Amino acid sequence: MEVRVANVRKEFERFPALHDVSLDIKSGELIALLGPSGSGKTTLLRLIAGLERPTRGRIFFGDEDASQKSIQERNVGFVFQHYALFRHMTVADNIGFGLKVRNGASRPPAAEIRRRASELLDLVQLSGLEKRYPAQLSGGQRQRVALARAMAIEPKVLLLDEPFGALDAQVRRELRRWLREIHDRTGHTTVFVTHDQEEALELADRVVVMSQGRIEQVGTADDIYDTPNSPFVYGFIGESSSLPVKVENGEIWLADRPIGLSAPHAPEGEATLYFRPHDVELLDGCSGCIAGTVAASRRVAGTRRVELEIGGERQRVEIELPVGHPAAQKSRVAFRPGRWKLFPAA
Amino acid sequence: MTTAPAQAGWRFRQPSVIPGFGLTLGFSLAYLTLIILIPLSGLIWRSASLGWAEFWAIASDRRTINALEISFGTAFLAAAVNVVFGTLVAWVLVRYRFPGRRIVDAMVDLPFALPTAVAGIALTTLYAPNGWIGKLLMPLGIKVAYTPLGIVVALVFIGLPFVVRTVQPIMEEIDKEVEEAAATLGASRFQIITRVLFPGLAPAIITGFSLAFARGVGEYGSVIFIAGNLPYKSEIAPLLIVIRLEEYNYPAATAIAAIMLALSFVMLLVVNLVQTWSRKRYG
Repeated sequence: MEVRVANVRKEFERFPALHDVSLDIKSGELIALLGPSGSGKTTLLRLIAGLERPTRGRIFFGDEDASQKSIQERNVGFVFQHYALFRHMTVADNIGFGLKVRNGASRPPAAEIRRRASELLDLVQLSGLEKRYPAQLSGGQRQRVALARAMAIEPKVLLLDEPFGALDAQVRRELRRWLREIHDRTGHTTVFVTHDQEEALELADRVVVMSQGRIEQVGTADDIYDTPNSPFVYGFIGESSSLPVKVENGEIWLADRPIGLSAPHAPEGEATLYFRPHDVELLDGCSGCIAGTVAASRRVAGTRRVELEIGGERQRVEIELPVGHPAAQKSRVAFRPGRWKLFPAA
Repeated sequence: MTTAPAQAGWRFRQPSVIPGFGLTLGFSLAYLTLIILIPLSGLIWRSASLGWAEFWAIASDRRTINALEISFGTAFLAAAVNVVFGTLVAWVLVRYRFPGRRIVDAMVDLPFALPTAVAGIALTTLYAPNGWIGKLLMPLGIKVAYTPLGIVVALVFIGLPFVVRTVQPIMEEIDKEVEEAAATLGASRFQIITRVLFPGLAPAIITGFSLAFARGVGEYGSVIFIAGNLPYKSEIAPLLIVIRLEEYNYPAATAIAAIMLALSFVMLLVVNLVQTWSRKRYG
């Protein structure tokens, strides 16, 4: 089912949590809403589910306007961070709940509900645990039961709110891969919220980066990582370094020296240069480069991260060098960013 | 449910790393012995001074049986009423924010604090045939004061806080997400309450019921004013005990007390077992 969010605004007691957000989600897509806390990602998810009502704007499921429908009518599967399982019901009863509360002809017979529950348990790889109570399961198992419960009603969309947030790193990675498999197998249109960029980039077809109630960028992992379209996205996704620079005659200047990068289309004046610390070209001499004194050097996993002090202002930037690279021993390092981007100074 | 192997015989629960298991258990036992066990065994001992035949004569006396029936019956009814309306009061206090909520919340505790005799006199004044409420009920043919119905009214008043105060904290802990989850799965408001919320509250409601019931069985002060105390009709067992005491008929008084004790103990034990069972299930 396609989902279209059209110009939605949401205020909580006059405080805006979302400003005019629009988003198109294609049928069968796996979408991540990524952002720091307070960015409005959970609010957006809850609006799609119908757990909140938009202050303005509409939400469409296919061609139908879902914003007029109650939560019960929307038929969405929602998975909560803290599982929200029914403690007094067995695993099988939890999964069958959505079918049991249907009325009249749409309710399948009891045997059918049981069969469906154990089928879903197979899908989430928890076969044989029908009779357990949630208290007798581990966190990862509970979250899988919660997912099975959400899928039992054959939802139009599957919405997951920080589904792995309460689990430890190991289980998280495992469930991430597993969720991707399930998605590929069942083909549900799925939206999940996360603040973990690794999770978003690895798992989702498209990532929606949000900040302060606005969508900053929507794109594939490659788009988001390689061509961030705002300083926020540059800073939020992956490692980044930035320097205040000046654009004059299509050339980028750092203080009083050109750094050998040309930006013919950039507006003249103050700007900020963003680049990835690992994506730099080291130079020997320096006519048209960025040079700085080594202020600190740390070994991080497979690389060495060097902090440089640049120019009279002693602006600090970080770059990454291969371990054992001779430049790490020197007191002065010169480099030029490989891929970079300029944003006008705020 | 749990797959723990059957245990052979009795075993102490493994003490935790926190020291003082021996000390605290010892103190608890000594304390309980002093406060509860010694007085109660005194009671049993006194009633045991009667022979079986005499004991049986007192126990099977029509007046005793009626008094016990009235005591336990009214206490049960009152506790049942309190379960319904106490849960409702707790719900309103937990779920809604309205002006005066704090005052209503504080009012719930009044039956705890008020001398029971005062409560009894106040209720009698209200429900007597010429009282404010009694006057309205009279034309309908409903007589409250001086009947078992009056006893129920008094016990409802006395028992209300027990239900509200046991259910309220559990209700406050209910995770809002659980309700939201049920709603996204298509459950109506009514289904959410009956299938999701209520079963979660059941253990607390049972506890509230047993407390209100136990309190009702033992209640004396408020009831004697409103009951009318007609033998065979509206005479409660505690009153019968007092009457026997005033006749210096100690063995009879202790015999009735012993029967009450045994009945109460059995009922509370059953309630406790239900509790344990539900706790085991729901963790």
